[in-house]
Amino acid sequence: MNEALIAETISITGHGGDEIEAYLARPLGQDSFGGVVVIHHMPGYDSSTKEITRKFAAHGYAALMPNLYYREAPGASPDDAAATARAQGGVPDERLVGDVAGAAAHLRALDGSNGKAGVIGYCSGGRQSFLAACSMPLEAAVDCYGAFVVGSPPEGMPLKVGPIAHLAPSLSCPLLGLFGADDQYPSPQQVDELAKILTEAGKEHEFHSYEGAGHAFFSVDRPAYRVEAANDGWQKIWDFYGRFLAG
Amino acid sequence: MCTYLTEKIAVAGSGKGASGWFTLTDATVYLDHPVHAPAEHTLNIDFLNPASGPSARVAVELTAESARALVRAIEATLQSAPAGLA
Repeated sequence: MNEALIAETISITGHGGDEIEAYLARPLGQDSFGGVVVIHHMPGYDSSTKEITRKFAAHGYAALMPNLYYREAPGASPDDAAATARAQGGVPDERLVGDVAGAAAHLRALDGSNGKAGVIGYCSGGRQSFLAACSMPLEAAVDCYGAFVVGSPPEGMPLKVGPIAHLAPSLSCPLLGLFGADDQYPSPQQVDELAKILTEAGKEHEFHSYEGAGHAFFSVDRPAYRVEAANDGWQKIWDFYGRFLAG
Repeated sequence: MCTYLTEKIAVAGSGKGASGWFTLTDATVYLDHPVHAPAEHTLNIDFLNPASGPSARVAVELTAESARALVRAIEATLQSAPAGLA
């Protein structure tokens, strides 16, 4: 693998046939590759998540990140768009599923696609990754510290989302979960509960919780970054996608 | 999750954003992970005019200590103003 890649802003067809902005990074000079839908964190379609998207391409995957806030804030800077989406209670679940389905279809239709598509999401995107994997056929899903798969937002929180662990019987693919032991959203108890629900549903899953790490430990541009957890987490992702998505 | 209690109020006044001055209609106050400030959590204030779009926004991210100092400074300033001005 020579790590050559191309990255660009494109338009894809999302939920309801809407044309939405998305960031695509794909490897060059590679005959066959799997696809990864990257679901950005609550702070939005930002430069750090674009960097993550390029990282997948450097590792041999086509990666596509839809701008989930495009409808509310086309052309706005990511932080302004995120503030608007936050004030409106976040992204509706139904719309998220449609947007991820559109992104997965786009990846599978690329020249060189091996027909496989996975998903990864961070923060609010972690919950959305689980939601997507329970709502459509995918080959592998990664949930990075997604809250409210188990449990509801506390009173006063503007986020209009509810627990979705009851969807576990519909999970279409293996799930890798990466969590911080110091996180409260999701708490270690909620992570344990989700693992129990998946086991009872007979769903393949692999969870890792890192001591000394809290929420958003993958975020290299934030104080929450924890280098050991992030480095090991990336290794877990390469191993997981290598088994279920590569080739 | 990245979002906690949000207070939303109507305000009257003006703010200066990336495109210059605009009329303010709303403000939100919340504790959350900051976009830019080097802290795990900050007290964030957005001064907004939603009718003018997402970019009509003046944002600040303050440490809790700074936010409390700001509240005291605002109160002290208003209280020391001559009668009838504030």
